[in-house]
Amino acid sequence: MKIAVLIKQVPGSESALPIDSEGYWVDESSVTFVMNPPDNYALEEALLIKESNDDVEVVIVSMGPLRVQKVIREALAKGADRGIHILEQDITEKDPLVIAKRLSNAIKSEEFDLVLTGLQSDDTGMGQTGVLIGEILKMSTATLAVETIIQEDHIRIKRELESGWFQWVQLSLPASISIQSGLNTPRYPSLKGIMGAKKKEIHSLSATELSKEETLQKVNNVFVPQTNKQTEIIKGDIDQIVSRIIEILRTDIKVI
Amino acid sequence: MNILVVLESNNGALHRLSREALVGAQELGDSIFALIIGNENEEILSELAGYELEKVITVKHHLLSSYSADGYSEVVRQVFISFSPDLIVIGHTYQTRDFIPRVSAKLDIPFIPDVISISDKGFIKQVLNAKLNATISNLDNAAIISFQSAAFNEEQLKLGSCSNESFDVSLVDSDIKSISEEPFQEEEGDVDLESAEVLVSVGRGIEKEENVTLAFELAKVINAEVSASRPVVDSGWVDSFRQVGSSGSNVAPKLYFSLGISGAIQHVVGMKGAKNIMAINKDADAPIFEISDYAVIGDVLEIVPKLIESLEQSK
Ligand SMILES: Cc1cc2nc3c(=O)[nH]c(=O)nc-3n(C[C@H](O)[C@H](O)[C@H](O)COP(=O)(O)OP(=O)(O)OC[C@H]3O[C@@H](n4cnc5c(N)ncnc54)[C@H](O)[C@@H]3O)c2cc1C
Ligand SMILES: Nc1ncnc2c1ncn2[C@@H]1O[C@H](COP(=O)(O)O)[C@@H](O)[C@H]1O
Repeated sequence: MKIAVLIKQVPGSESALPIDSEGYWVDESSVTFVMNPPDNYALEEALLIKESNDDVEVVIVSMGPLRVQKVIREALAKGADRGIHILEQDITEKDPLVIAKRLSNAIKSEEFDLVLTGLQSDDTGMGQTGVLIGEILKMSTATLAVETIIQEDHIRIKRELESGWFQWVQLSLPASISIQSGLNTPRYPSLKGIMGAKKKEIHSLSATELSKEETLQKVNNVFVPQTNKQTEIIKGDIDQIVSRIIEILRTDIKVI
Repeated sequence: MNILVVLESNNGALHRLSREALVGAQELGDSIFALIIGNENEEILSELAGYELEKVITVKHHLLSSYSADGYSEVVRQVFISFSPDLIVIGHTYQTRDFIPRVSAKLDIPFIPDVISISDKGFIKQVLNAKLNATISNLDNAAIISFQSAAFNEEQLKLGSCSNESFDVSLVDSDIKSISEEPFQEEEGDVDLESAEVLVSVGRGIEKEENVTLAFELAKVINAEVSASRPVVDSGWVDSFRQVGSSGSNVAPKLYFSLGISGAIQHVVGMKGAKNIMAINKDADAPIFEISDYAVIGDVLEIVPKLIESLEQSK
């Protein structure tokens, strides 16, 4: 069985996010990048499937500039078998359909049985790439998986629905499934894993050689959200903060 | 502009986000077609009869007795081809996430998801964990737009009348490759977050499992319940029945006291109805402050122990 885990590199939650001079996106030179957190859960799920079944190969696929090789290495250090890096220098390309077509072109010939993605990327938050790839490659699709069970030629998935409801769905393979965070506990790479990862293969492809896709949606600009809510800002030294909080609880909101 | 609004049934009733999507469509276009898929939609049809719409399109088929991404995406594709609307509009629900990207790929039209508002430059959506907003536009083509919860107010739905038309979809057994079982709820905890008057809610800013006791201690002195954001539940630090948000509880306490929560939309939808929101966060730009009545900029791990101490002394 061959599993692809699609991993995106995104700005970390603590990273500075200065808007670039054209107001188009963030200035990447001061951004610290991490593995998209939901993708880490997708990776762990693939590694767990590999550990409990015979003959499973886990392949990491990531598209982006050279920097994304870092997250591929990180995944290899955790136990994935090999990586595919689709080199995409153009960071302005944010159309998920273009991205999905390029990813699909790059992985089509591998004939994966299972494609795992995170349910959503922390940067653009399009929440659709995995399903788009599933449709393009004529696979079954399901989203928001919180449990997976492999059974020969099909997979059973517990899907999260709204407001605390769940549902089991059975899909034929090949399938493309997006993983909800929290379904497992992602591991840390071991020292041995980190050493071993250096010898594992990362195959590089160029995105633009794969296909020339027409962009159908584009990000025009980004800006800091404004609010019109009246907010009292409480700052100062710790004693001032604490006594103001107590005053609010007691006299403004009257909960103590 | 012609708009096709794809509606969702929530146990036989119209999903709230579908109503909001209808409001959005009425603002954007002049000719609104509403599509409802499935076999048991009488209640929804009688509600729709009172709205100002061009037409309600109904699709029934024995393969559509329960939801499947395969079936629903194929229906929307066929309806789109037949009516060729300029836009498809839909609420950004979990079901939308599940099947609408398939429609986008089938029709080769873009899906702009989770839109919060519309400006003259395009559709506005949150990016980078709600720290920034982006304006997105479709280029010279039809598009699918999904609206985030509360992008529009359902009370502004224009009333009027409309006609019905049934659409014959062509589906065969082999189109449906998945088997969906009945939805179910997990066992509930013994804590009733929904009726709590005061909630102390912990987020990832609490940093470590040991520190979660701070939230419980604070809750004890101010007579509150403890709730949490999803990552805290995912890490196993707090029981899952305490989770607030789109995949947890919807709460509306008198005071929601948030400790180290960033304010992602999936959390905010579950608590923005609180009468008072007080948030402690060390990042002055945290999105939670946009909806807070009281913004405490500082470190929870410093402030909360002091606060507990002072509250205990002043008892
Ligand atoms: C389909 C879907 C469903 C989801 N459902 C839910 C849901 O039901 N509920 C939910 O909560 N989330 C849900 N999420 C996840 C959501 O998108 C966010 O990831 C989550 O709410 C973030 O939790 P957080 O604020 O605790 O953590 P983070 O986003 O990591 O924020 C931590 C915050 O703590 C602050 N901080 C750090 N250290 C300190 C300190 N010492 N003192 C003060 N502040 C500090 C940081 O500045 C930051 O703002 C869902 C996501 C998806 C895609
Ligand atoms: N450039 C990329 N490289 C690899 N995987 C990606 C890329 N973009 C998106 N994905 C995958 O698709 C998921 C959903 O992304 P999105 O549709 O952008 O929210 C992510 O969690 C990744 O698993």
